[in-house]
Amino acid sequence: MYPSRFSYEAPSSLDEAIDLLHAGGGEAKVLAGGQSLVPLLKLRFAAPEMLVDINNIASLRYLREDPDGSLHIGALCRHAELERSSILVAHQPTMAAAAPLIADPIVRNRGTLVGSLCHADPQGDWASVVTALGGRVVAQGPNGRRSIAVADFVSGPFQNVLAYDEIAVETVIPAAKGTAAGGYLKLERRVGDFATVGVAVAIETSGELVTRAGIALTGVGGSTIDAAEAGRTLVGKALTRDTIESAAELAAQAARPRTDHRGSADYKRHVVHTFVVRILTRITDATQKAA
Amino acid sequence: MSSLYEEIRPEPASDVPVRRVTITLNGEKRVAEVEPRLLLAHLIRQGFRLTGTHTGCDTSNCGACTVLFDGKAIKSCTMLAVQADGHEVTTVEGLATASELHPVQEGFKDEHGLQCGFCTPGMMLAATALLRENPDPTEDEVRWALSGNLCRCTGYQNIVKSVLWAAKKLQSQSASAE
Ligand SMILES: Cc1cc2nc3c(=O)[nH]c(=O)nc-3n(C[C@H](O)[C@H](O)[C@H](O)COP(=O)(O)OP(=O)(O)OC[C@H]3O[C@@H](n4cnc5c(N)ncnc54)[C@H](O)[C@@H]3O)c2cc1C
Ligand code: FES
Ligand code: FES
Repeated sequence: MYPSRFSYEAPSSLDEAIDLLHAGGGEAKVLAGGQSLVPLLKLRFAAPEMLVDINNIASLRYLREDPDGSLHIGALCRHAELERSSILVAHQPTMAAAAPLIADPIVRNRGTLVGSLCHADPQGDWASVVTALGGRVVAQGPNGRRSIAVADFVSGPFQNVLAYDEIAVETVIPAAKGTAAGGYLKLERRVGDFATVGVAVAIETSGELVTRAGIALTGVGGSTIDAAEAGRTLVGKALTRDTIESAAELAAQAARPRTDHRGSADYKRHVVHTFVVRILTRITDATQKAA
Repeated sequence: MSSLYEEIRPEPASDVPVRRVTITLNGEKRVAEVEPRLLLAHLIRQGFRLTGTHTGCDTSNCGACTVLFDGKAIKSCTMLAVQADGHEVTTVEGLATASELHPVQEGFKDEHGLQCGFCTPGMMLAATALLRENPDPTEDEVRWALSGNLCRCTGYQNIVKSVLWAAKKLQSQSASAE
């Protein structure tokens, strides 16, 4: 399969890249890891006139924790770097759980988290994870920078709110105020398959009590689902069998699964429930063990 | 035989400039003129005539087209040839020396790690990348590292054994070099 013809630029600075996109007037596309875009070009689902390859912009290649505890993931930070990151293991349990479950090891050597969010595949795992963590995307265009909550960034299946001449430069995960805990579980038919169901849970606790909780779902709706009510029901309470059960019930209600080759709608809803219980129970088990 | 590479070589489309790329391919500097839409897998196979790199699915799923890009395993059907400009690419032809097979190749031979051989070059490159990063992997770690490469023949058992064999061989080589 051959992509249709396009011209190609690989600038080494962000300003140049933005100028190129601006000059392209909506006919140019950003190329990051290429693990979604190149397949689309080959199928000719995408046929841009120009590709602006950002891989030579060294300033976008970082994964950094700031002194205030916020995590900054540059546009060229690959899935594999996240998978091997000690920062994630130490401070970002939800992300650390998700990183090894994205695609397969070879795809993870190229694909990026920021690119995943831009691609806005309803089956994409990072969008749920970043939603559960209350993360934001920072975009830069000819008129400067703006920061967009990920829930507002993804505007629909395969759609984001970037202007044609804006580049997503980084994703920011805000610092946890309490003790961070969480997880990501994904049911997949085989390695490299997209999720039949994915559930991201990110909570913060202070003593016994949950102070913040985010729950988001992959693969069970037309887009990433923010099960905000399920999260809210935990806030101000301790994790008990009952509070966990009610969060799982609300998350299952928030799911909008469809019956397809990966499973029936009822089955998927059931898995959402099971995964919420499993992640939260593992957290309580771990804290009991530590105590 | 007609291919995109041949199609664009003699008479490039006038409106799309052809790019000159320099790639260090298996340790040797190679220059090619490519149209931006040419995939790296096609440049390697049709441009450089190194047909050890296979294209199986052409949809980024099977890993038969795996090559090393600056030492990391990537799917060459999912990268543009222009993106390799200034980079190092290793294909299966780059594993053996003139007189000796690479330990990973020896392992596949010794442990019967292949049947039809279609997946084998990709498997061997993914395994080479693993052993550079982790010279003493467990069986699980080998399975994990190869989980992006599909094989329709072997059932994977002997592939995993081959990689573990190669790990041992590489370890004994580096021990005797010390
Ligand atoms: C076999 C296979 C299996 C996969 N399985 C999974 C999976 O299980 N879960 C999962 O979540 N994903 C999966 N993916 C997708 C993978 O995670 C991609 O890496 C990711 O979706 C896109 O990231 P990228 O950097 O490769 O972006 P690209 O492919 O380069 O770009 C994707 C889109 O986003 C735009 N874009 C990218 N970066 C920017 C930016 N910085 N600013 C503005 N626009 C930008 C591009 O213009 C394009 O439209 C799979 C892919 C493959 C090939
Ligand atoms: S041919 Fe490239 S992944 Fe199958
Ligand atoms: S040996 Fe035939 S596909 Fe692996």
